[in-house]
Amino acid sequence: MASNAKKVQFDAVKTLENIESQFEMVQVLNEKGEIVNKSAVPEMTDEQLEELMRRMVYTRILDQRSISLNRQGRLGFYAPTAGQEASQIASQFALEKDDFILPGYRDVPQIVWHGLPLYQAFLWSRGHFMGMQLPEGVNVIPPQIIIGAQIIQTAGVALGFKKRNKKAVAVTYTGDGGSSQGDFYEGINFAGSYGAPAIFIVQNNQFAISTPRDKQTAGATIAQKSVAAGIPGVLVDGMDPLAVYAVVKEARERAINGGGPTLIETMCYRYGPHTMAGDDPTRYRTTDEDSEWEKKDPLVRFRLYLEKKGIWNEEKENEVIEQAKEDIKEAIKKADEAPKQKVTDLMSNMFETLPVNLQEQYEIYTEKESK
Amino acid sequence: MAQMTMIQAITDALRTELRNDENVLVFGEDVGVNGGVFRATEGLHKEFGEDRVFDTPLAESGIGGLAIGLTTQGFRPVPEIQFFGFVFEVMDSISGQMARWRFRTGNTFNAPITIRSPFGGGVFTPEMHADSLEGLMAQTPGLKVVIPSTPYDAKGLLISSIRDNDPVVFLEHMKLYRSFRQEVPEEEYTIPLGKADVKREGTDLTIITYGAMVHDSIKAAEELEKEGHSVEVIDLRTISPLDIETIIASVEKTNRAIVVQEAQKQAGIAANVVAEINDRAILSLEAPVLRVTAPDTVYPFAQAEPVWLPNHKDIMETAKKVLEF
Repeated sequence: MASNAKKVQFDAVKTLENIESQFEMVQVLNEKGEIVNKSAVPEMTDEQLEELMRRMVYTRILDQRSISLNRQGRLGFYAPTAGQEASQIASQFALEKDDFILPGYRDVPQIVWHGLPLYQAFLWSRGHFMGMQLPEGVNVIPPQIIIGAQIIQTAGVALGFKKRNKKAVAVTYTGDGGSSQGDFYEGINFAGSYGAPAIFIVQNNQFAISTPRDKQTAGATIAQKSVAAGIPGVLVDGMDPLAVYAVVKEARERAINGGGPTLIETMCYRYGPHTMAGDDPTRYRTTDEDSEWEKKDPLVRFRLYLEKKGIWNEEKENEVIEQAKEDIKEAIKKADEAPKQKVTDLMSNMFETLPVNLQEQYEIYTEKESK
Repeated sequence: MAQMTMIQAITDALRTELRNDENVLVFGEDVGVNGGVFRATEGLHKEFGEDRVFDTPLAESGIGGLAIGLTTQGFRPVPEIQFFGFVFEVMDSISGQMARWRFRTGNTFNAPITIRSPFGGGVFTPEMHADSLEGLMAQTPGLKVVIPSTPYDAKGLLISSIRDNDPVVFLEHMKLYRSFRQEVPEEEYTIPLGKADVKREGTDLTIITYGAMVHDSIKAAEELEKEGHSVEVIDLRTISPLDIETIIASVEKTNRAIVVQEAQKQAGIAANVVAEINDRAILSLEAPVLRVTAPDTVYPFAQAEPVWLPNHKDIMETAKKVLEF
């Protein structure tokens, strides 16, 4: 029997396009430092704006000095941050002291601004246990090397806040590559399932070492991965400090008021290599690409914006630069003064009470160390 | 005192600690309303509520991360991994994260987590349910690994594990869950971690074992006694760290030893026990220390369990080799 019925079309492509079109990039400041979205401008005092600029400039200097100290052999593992100041610093600026940060390995600036002394960050870079002896009240964990692990742990911290009825959020960061990990999906899905107060920030700096963002997923955005967890997702211009601040602030408000987690994708760029351990970006990046993103520099547009408002000038900027250099010098000096690690120190940090095998080895190493 | 199966003793320990410490949280796949796939958490959801005893999404890695995150807010998580064959999904959270938590923060954070998980053969489970993977855990610095073989030990060891301020992997042999009852005190008591128990005294040979093999070893010892051999059976109870003192004292007395495990020869912890005896008591040995283990294949298809799993006959055979060396 010939059928005249028109074949039903399951327009899956349309569905995908509809979903992807929901993730438009939030921007407040354009590259020239002009407000492009008045209704999205976050409420910030002049002092706050100035402080945010100070921190971003400071962090740029910290990056420059860290690269240089690394080259001199005075720092160890270092993952450059230049270009990501809006994404890293403006997001942390939207947090409160009680909020808990679970950083990735590139997210040292956030935990420093959250209260970790700079010399300890340097000790961490060198590989010294005193680097991550976290001071009381500094709510962070050490930078996470296993990409994705911080995401599932964040769900746990956030559930802890919820159980304690604490008005605080757990905030974590990963990169574009990290959004391909299983733990990434599990973490956002758990937090969603428990309605836990968490903010998941994906800093999409376009490359996971040499692998470009489009090799990670066919998805048009990373923000839309939030749909898989049934939680809100936002794509934001990660080179725009005001947009990042506004979006994180809103996610924080929603979280502490019982609205559950949010996934935020910050579209940004790292100017430097992946890490200082021999990565050469010229192998996988063009100079055109670099200069295109340099035009988007978060410092440039924020500087223009604040100068127009009359709350920033060269003098202030130089002051910050000098202060940063001074602090860094002192922090490195303090790191130099840290006692050398002994095997017995490492053993002491393993358990509350040493098990027999370690007790025995502790005696052997105490003897060695006394010679 | 009450007659309890091992599973009842485990539930009793969990209830005891949920009552004692409001920071104790029990969670995992189907541990809430359902009371667990083996009824280990039966009644706990009802008594303590959703806030203390709750289900999770089906993702072992997420469960591990959840446990770690909760410790930062002062909780004492007791998560369950439904079957230990699924540990591969959560290896990073256990061996890569919680085991290192105190170390990597220079003793400023800790992870008071007890991971409960069933394992072990002899009950014809499907693939990846029965595998003995304790060897993987025992190789991770920062973990303690506990394997009880009796209801009495299970309760005391689980209470100790939960109270320990560092991570403990608590492995429950499925065949032992309901295989026999034992007198278990109703009140709370603890058994120190890292302490073995001499389950049977003897003077001619020491059998060092753990898990279901404790019972096969006792059976073998009883048979050997009929043939005139006096056999001591040591139940390790904690396989990491090992109770070196008890092992060595026994070997120095009997001068002969075998190590018995259900895991494959290349897995488990038997090789470690042999090495410790060689290091510390070689001059007491009248014969080499031999091992009874499963063959080095993948865990068998259910119907092949009876020919694959070590049993009391294998133990007797190896014991005789050592006795007659």
